[in-house]
Amino acid sequence: MRYEKPTTVEAATALLAGQGARVLAGGTDLLVQIRSRILNPDVVVDIKGIDTTRKITKDTSGYTIGAAVTGAELKEHPTLSKDWPGLVEGANLIGSTQVQGRASLGGNLCNGSPAADSVPAMIAAGAVATIAGPKGTRTLPVEDIMLAPRKLALTAGEFIVSFKIPARPAHGGDAYLRFIPRTEMDIAVVGCGVALALDAGGTCTAARVALGAVAARPLLVEDGAKALIGTKVDDAALAKLEAAAKAACKPIDDKRGTVEFRIDVAGTLAKRVAKIALERARKV
Amino acid sequence: MAKHHVTTTVNGDPVEYLCESEQTLLDCLRDELDLIGAKEGCSSGDCGACSVLIDGRLVCSCLVLGVEAEGKEVETIEGMAQGDELHPLQRKFLEHAALQCGICTPGVLIAAKALLAKNPDPTETQVRYWLAGNLCRCTGYDKIVRAVMDAAAEMRGA
Amino acid sequence: MQERVKKPQFDVVGTRPVRPDGVDKVTGRAKYGADLKMAGQLVGKVLRSPHAHARIKSIDVSKALALPGVKAVVTAEDFPGQPSEFIPAGEGVVNYRDMTSNVMARAKVLYEGHAVAAVAALNEKTALAALDAIKVEYEVLPHVIDEMEAIKPGAPILHEDMITTGVTPAPTKASNIAKRVEFVLGDAAKGFGEADLIVEREFKTKAVHQGYIEPHACLASASEDGSAELWVTTQGHWVVRAYCAKLLGWEIGKIRVTSSEIGGGFGGKTVVYLEPLALALSKKTRRPVKMVMSREEVFKASGPTSGGTVKVKMGVKKDGRITAAEAEITLQAGAFQGSPVQPACMCAFANYDLENVKVVGYDVVSNRPKVAAYRAPGGPISTYGVESVVDEIAEKLGMCPIELRLKNAAKEGTRAAYGPKFGPVGLIECLEAAKESDHWKAPLGPNQGRGLAAGFWFNIGGETTVSLQLNEDGTLTLMAGTPDIGGLRASLCMMAAEELKMDVSKIRPIIADTSSLGYNFLTGGSRSTFSSGMATVEAARSIVKQACGRAAKLWDIPEEAVTFEDGMIRPAGENAGKHKPMSLSDIAKVAGKTGGAIVGYAAISAQGAAPSFGVHIADTEVDPGTGKVTVTRYTAIQDAGKAIHPSYVEGQYQGGAVQGIGWALNEEYIYGADGKLQNAGFLDYRVPVASDLPMIDTIIIEVPNPRHPYGVRGIGETPIVPPMAAIGASVRRASGVRFFELPMSPPKVLKAMKAAGKA
Repeated sequence: MRYEKPTTVEAATALLAGQGARVLAGGTDLLVQIRSRILNPDVVVDIKGIDTTRKITKDTSGYTIGAAVTGAELKEHPTLSKDWPGLVEGANLIGSTQVQGRASLGGNLCNGSPAADSVPAMIAAGAVATIAGPKGTRTLPVEDIMLAPRKLALTAGEFIVSFKIPARPAHGGDAYLRFIPRTEMDIAVVGCGVALALDAGGTCTAARVALGAVAARPLLVEDGAKALIGTKVDDAALAKLEAAAKAACKPIDDKRGTVEFRIDVAGTLAKRVAKIALERARKV
Repeated sequence: MAKHHVTTTVNGDPVEYLCESEQTLLDCLRDELDLIGAKEGCSSGDCGACSVLIDGRLVCSCLVLGVEAEGKEVETIEGMAQGDELHPLQRKFLEHAALQCGICTPGVLIAAKALLAKNPDPTETQVRYWLAGNLCRCTGYDKIVRAVMDAAAEMRGA
Repeated sequence: MQERVKKPQFDVVGTRPVRPDGVDKVTGRAKYGADLKMAGQLVGKVLRSPHAHARIKSIDVSKALALPGVKAVVTAEDFPGQPSEFIPAGEGVVNYRDMTSNVMARAKVLYEGHAVAAVAALNEKTALAALDAIKVEYEVLPHVIDEMEAIKPGAPILHEDMITTGVTPAPTKASNIAKRVEFVLGDAAKGFGEADLIVEREFKTKAVHQGYIEPHACLASASEDGSAELWVTTQGHWVVRAYCAKLLGWEIGKIRVTSSEIGGGFGGKTVVYLEPLALALSKKTRRPVKMVMSREEVFKASGPTSGGTVKVKMGVKKDGRITAAEAEITLQAGAFQGSPVQPACMCAFANYDLENVKVVGYDVVSNRPKVAAYRAPGGPISTYGVESVVDEIAEKLGMCPIELRLKNAAKEGTRAAYGPKFGPVGLIECLEAAKESDHWKAPLGPNQGRGLAAGFWFNIGGETTVSLQLNEDGTLTLMAGTPDIGGLRASLCMMAAEELKMDVSKIRPIIADTSSLGYNFLTGGSRSTFSSGMATVEAARSIVKQACGRAAKLWDIPEEAVTFEDGMIRPAGENAGKHKPMSLSDIAKVAGKTGGAIVGYAAISAQGAAPSFGVHIADTEVDPGTGKVTVTRYTAIQDAGKAIHPSYVEGQYQGGAVQGIGWALNEEYIYGADGKLQNAGFLDYRVPVASDLPMIDTIIIEVPNPRHPYGVRGIGETPIVPPMAAIGASVRRASGVRFFELPMSPPKVLKAMKAAGKA
């Protein structure tokens, strides 16, 4: 195995275009897979030498978050937690404090697990990935990146440089919760992110609902958003949201949970998450 | 392929080592530098026994490549006491009997140190969540949490 | 033998000094199994079976040996065959044929992870490449995992020669049932006839692992002259020495085993896995060989404890008096016989003073790793069933669970179903303390419930040797041979300091290697503070006697005319003459001139171990939306006899309780239909983390053990016995549903609550 640490996007894409190359950001998934001999890459391309992968910038259109920025750094940012608390919470549910010191949004997404904690939160927030490749740069909404377990919509040589998170709406709030058997350290059995915006009268004008770990890929639940938009997010709307979330699930039985359990908990979580997002939207 | 020549700082000392690409920082600390205080309990980031600080940031050294330590400041349990003076956390762990077998202790101490650097007055819940990545199978965590809270109180007073 | 201990009598015992091995452990200096390096050492790795059950048709190691840097390969051919015979070993028995077949598969692999070959190479990378280069041809056989499946007619048979013992007439056909055991007291049928209420339930528990954070590790070095050294993390290095000598056909006296600091054991480090392989590889290569298991190997190839099926039937009068009790306990042994079914049966009803009891147990093999001891082996499994039924009886009778237990509690003079009559025991004191506790009286919130259960463990004594050296400056060196997992050295130094009226900080302890001290049985059965403490006291008293003898010599008076009082050696009264009292330190300074070194030595087989009873109270909150159970408050109450170092006694209560909480809520071995373990890592084998738990309150009860100089009872194992039933009872009240299966993980809880209309 070779280790390379390019300092430019162009050098990175050139290395990644080769056979058997893997991106190293925080390494919290990659190194485990190498150690347990699931992966045996020829070359590991550490993208942390590229400035843009390590920075958070803010302007009127929102935030640009480098793909290798760690969960701990997201949490320490002076305004991000105020604007997008759900996104920061999702990223900070990945593993332990130690893991949060390394794990990144880019890695969490590109590891290709449907249970990744930061992904439903990013989808709910409307995050768009900036992807660099041998043919230049393109953008893709986060919900379109993971296609199936370990399968991404990236082609040879491409990697995610950063994520664009829109500016928070005036009365906007987001939240993320996941269900795990313990309080920490587990992989999500169900994850749910909700972002919504209210008008001055408290009626929901926009919403995005996303679920993780209930299908082969993270889901954007359009019917969940429809259940909320135009309502005061009252009990009737939440009941519709619960039904929509449950209907969207196509889970599997595995060592972490049953089909029935995942569907039930997706409904429970969707309601709980929407309530938190609502509270947050009302406060700003 | 040739080994990487890594120049870094460990516990304030400039050090150099040679490592292969796949060697973790934990491997390098233990095998190349003979710093055996960080332990390998799982090599998957689930137990925290290998916790170290890199540039002040708490990480599992089993999830960092040795070559990534180039130019960084690494801090391990071996650097926690100053001469004969134990760190207040180390002292409080002894006073509170916050260890039994002791295998998790170096990692817990390093993690607790990172917590108190960030939050000198943590609640019990904050201590518990911060340390959730440090498995201890002997103590049930009770005395660990008490020792960290007590050390924090002493350090705030000092 | 000894009078009952009165409380304020001690200077050191019962205080909380800093442990002598503490500083090394908070500074990273302490050396554990994987922490030693020797010049020229090789890396040893094990090739393991990918199949749950298969016949080994051939093993070709030639390609591995041809790789540059590969120094040796061993397979079963390198270990002599052993006869199948059962040899008593402490709390259990060993069978060397099974042991050698477990450390290296012979003819068949019996579980996923079963060792097939081992290699020694210059480095890890080469060793792993060598494993890949070994070609093993398997004939895959049908497998069976669950113990109830394994006893069905037509189940795949693991051992073609296994005939169930304990059954008359003996069966003629092989089965997976290794043995049947039975304990009977009185007449259960008659007792059930007298009952006003009978509750009969079936419980199921899953295999759980000790989960020590330090993986198995050792470093072996065999010399050309036939001698060998072994550095190893173990609960008993004399036992490791004996096992390795037997499996390799070497002389015991030529093997020197040093126990490293041990990073947790809980029973799991009482057997050998890597050690004979490392010694064999070292002998072949004439170089030191280091072997360390990965976490995955620990889960797949070292012994968890049994899962099992427990049927319990109890009859009771309206006033709460239990008239009869029956249990049938079927435990997984893993691939080779030897589950803890016997202690499980013996513990089942030990909490109660009963007239009519019948307990039957079955030891069942299946395609899982061979079980190893885990803290009170078997006790938690049977007690979970029995205490859950007792709780249900209390509910049905409308009685307080403490009152029901007080009415039936075992006490001094109770005849246990497994034979002995109890001496003074502290169960009633524990129950009374529970009743009086703030916890028991505290209010509960919505979706919360409170449960309580009792537990018992026998505790053992056994072969123990301790040596005390009085050094020239009056300091003391203490050598013990029972590995110190959780504060033993502190307790031993405290007992020596108490005897010798010394400052405890002047005593430096070590755990001696097998060539430096007489035989010690392993740290297990909650024996080490009890037994090594007893030997320490005897050795300390020998020091006093010798010191008095030296003073007598100096003062030229008879030895009987010298006494040891308040830490000083004095003439015994006026008639003995006027001599200036001497301290032990004074005597030490002149030891060389008065007869040589003063060494106290005690080689004993400690007798008089006494059981410890405990009672746990658990509060839980159940989330009706997800089925998640959170422990909100917990109290562990237990009789310690005498707490030498109360902090480490509390630590045992807390640690055991939390392992029990893990067992109750989330820990389990999960197998796929392919017979492979699906959760061989700390990610999905979910031991409790700090944020899962509240503080664990403790109450130490002291009903002294009259057979120990300080009243000590073993206390390490009892704390894992009550938690599962206590939490089950608590979840019953929090959720409205009673559970009969562990773990009470969220999918199961939510499903049951939905079915009962509670979610």
